[in-house]
Amino acid sequence: MSGIVLEGVTKRFGDHLATDAIDLVIPDGAFTVFVGPSGCGKTTLLRLIAGLEDIDSGRLLIDGVDAAQTSPAARGLAMVFQSYALYPHMTVRANLGFALKVARRQRAEIAARTERVAQMLNLTQVLDRRPAALSGGQRQRVAIGRALVREPKAFLFDEPLSNLDAELRAQMRVEIRRLQQQLGITAIYVTHDQAEAMTMADRIVVFRDGRVEQAGSPGEIYRNPASRFVAGFIGSPRMNFLGGAAAAAHSAATIGVRPEHLAIDPAGTITATIRAVEYLGSDSFVHLQAQSGEALIARGAPEHDLRPDEIVKLRIAPAAIHRFDANDRAMPALTAACDTLQEIV
Amino acid sequence: MRTRRRSRAVASLLAWAASLAIAFPLLWALLTSFKTELEAVSFPPRILSFDWTLANYRGILAGGDYLHSLINSVLIAGGSSTLVIAVAVPAAWSMAFAPTRRTRGILMWMLSTKMLPPVGVFIPVFLFYRDWGLLDSRAGLVVLLAAANLPIAVWMLFSNFRDVPGEILEAARMDGASLWQELVSVLAPLALPGIASTFFLVFTLAWNESFWSLNLVTTEATPLTAFIAAFSSPQGLFWARLSAASILSIVPVLLIGWLCQRQLVRGLTFGAVK
Repeated sequence: MSGIVLEGVTKRFGDHLATDAIDLVIPDGAFTVFVGPSGCGKTTLLRLIAGLEDIDSGRLLIDGVDAAQTSPAARGLAMVFQSYALYPHMTVRANLGFALKVARRQRAEIAARTERVAQMLNLTQVLDRRPAALSGGQRQRVAIGRALVREPKAFLFDEPLSNLDAELRAQMRVEIRRLQQQLGITAIYVTHDQAEAMTMADRIVVFRDGRVEQAGSPGEIYRNPASRFVAGFIGSPRMNFLGGAAAAAHSAATIGVRPEHLAIDPAGTITATIRAVEYLGSDSFVHLQAQSGEALIARGAPEHDLRPDEIVKLRIAPAAIHRFDANDRAMPALTAACDTLQEIV
Repeated sequence: MRTRRRSRAVASLLAWAASLAIAFPLLWALLTSFKTELEAVSFPPRILSFDWTLANYRGILAGGDYLHSLINSVLIAGGSSTLVIAVAVPAAWSMAFAPTRRTRGILMWMLSTKMLPPVGVFIPVFLFYRDWGLLDSRAGLVVLLAAANLPIAVWMLFSNFRDVPGEILEAARMDGASLWQELVSVLAPLALPGIASTFFLVFTLAWNESFWSLNLVTTEATPLTAFIAAFSSPQGLFWARLSAASILSIVPVLLIGWLCQRQLVRGLTFGAVK
C-alpha cells in the first residue's frame, strides 16, 4: 500500500506528551493539511514523519515499509521549512543542487535537474545569486525548488507562508497547490491558519493537545464538525455558541450556529443587542450580544441599516444548528421535530 | 549640547590614556630594542635621542636560536590550535544542536578545569611525561596545550554555533548530507568567523604560554617564550637584547591578527549584532 500510514505514533518531550498515539492515513497524491492551535502537536508529527525527531512508540509506514528507523534522507521525503532554511553561503543554483551533489550524482544530471526546477519556479534569472539578494517570495520558491529537485515521494511543508505578507501569501498558496496538482505528489502541509487549510486541502486533519480531533475533507469538517473545538476552529468568523435555554430547547448542552445562518429578522426568537457592524462591501458582520450574555456574529447582506445599541431579533435556520453534548462532542442533528421546538425558544 | 561635547572629550581622553597605558610596555620594549645595552639601563632614560642601532636584532638573528624557537612556536601553537579546533568543533556541535539534560553541567565542568592552577598538576604531568619520553618534545607540548585550551574553544564555538539556525542543519539532513558533510559543507562555512576567531585566540594563548614551555622543555623543543626567558642569564640581564627578542616574538602573532582582523571583529561580535 502506498502513502504514509501512522499507527499509534507517540512522542514525549520530558513530561509533555507531544503526540498521543496518533493513527492516521495520509492518502497518496493528496494534499493533506495539519491544522490546529500552536502546541497541538502538528509540527511535531510532521517532524516525526520527516525523521527529524525519533518516534517513542508506534509505527510509521511509508509506501508500506516501516520507516521509523530510517534516516531522514532515505525516507524519500522533502521538507520546506518555515524559515526556508536556505544555505546562505551558497548560490541559488548550489542550494537547489545540494541534495543531488550530496548523493554524488553526475554533474550534467545535477545541472539539468536544477535548470528544470528553476524554470518551473521562475528562478532562472537568479540562479547565481545568494539567498540574501532574493525577495521573500523568491526565497520561498528556492525552498520549494530544493524540495522539488529531489523528486520526493512526499512534500512536507512546515508553515511555509507565515513569513510572507498577505498578498504574496495568497499568491503562493495558489502556486503551491497548482504545483502539487501538476506533479501529483503527496503533500503534508502544517499551518495554524484555518483559512489556509480550507483553501488548500484535499483533506484536513485538525489537531488538539497531541491528538487528532477530526480528519476529513474541508467541506465535511465545515459542515459536520465532530466537536465544539473543531466547530469553533474552522470557519471565519467563528461559529456562534449558545448555551442555556436555547440549547436545552434542542436537548443539547450547547448549540452552534455559523454566522451565515444567523439572520436578523423581526420574526426571530433570540433577542440581542447590536455592538458593532463591520461592512465588507459584499457582506457585513454584525457583532451582537444575546440577552443571555453570549457574544454572537451574524453575517448577512450589507443593505441593513443597523446601528450599535439597537435591539434586534435573530432567526436561526433550524437545519443549520449544530448540537453538542456536555463533553463538547457533536450530536446527530434533530429531525423536523426541531421546527416546533424552535418556536418555544 | 556643550556638556555632551565635553563628556565626549573626557571619554576620548580616558580612552587614549588607557590605550597608552596598555601599549606603554610594548612601546618601551620597542624603543629599548634599538638601544645599546648601556643606553637601555641609563637613567634618566632617553626617549628618542639615542644612537639607534640594529645590533640587537642582528645579534639575535645571527645566533640561529631564534629561528629554531620560532619554528617550534609555530609548530606547537599551530599544532595545538589545529588539534583544539578539530576536537572542539564536533564537541560544540553536539552541545549546541543535540543538547541533553547534562549539557549545561558538562560545559560548566569543562570551564571549571580552567580554574585549576597548572602548577597543581605539574608533578603528575611531569612524571607522566618523563615516563613516556615526552619531555622536551614538541608533540608533548602540542597535546598538553591543546588540552589546556580546549574548554575555552568549546565554549566560544558553542555560543557561536547557537547563532546558526538549526533548521539549516536539518535542511541539510533532509537533503541527505552525512554528519560529516553537514559539519563541513554547511556548519563550518556559516560559523567560519567564529571558528577563525576561536583558532586565533587559542593560537595566541598557546603562543604566549610559558609555564609548561619553561618546565617541560629544555633544548630541542624550546618555543619563543623559553627563548626569551633564556636572556635572564647568570651573567646578568641584557635588556636591549631581551626587548629585541620580545619584539621579534610578538611580530608573527601581530601579523596574523592584522591579516584576519575583519574575521575577528565579526567573530567576536557575532551574536551581538547579527
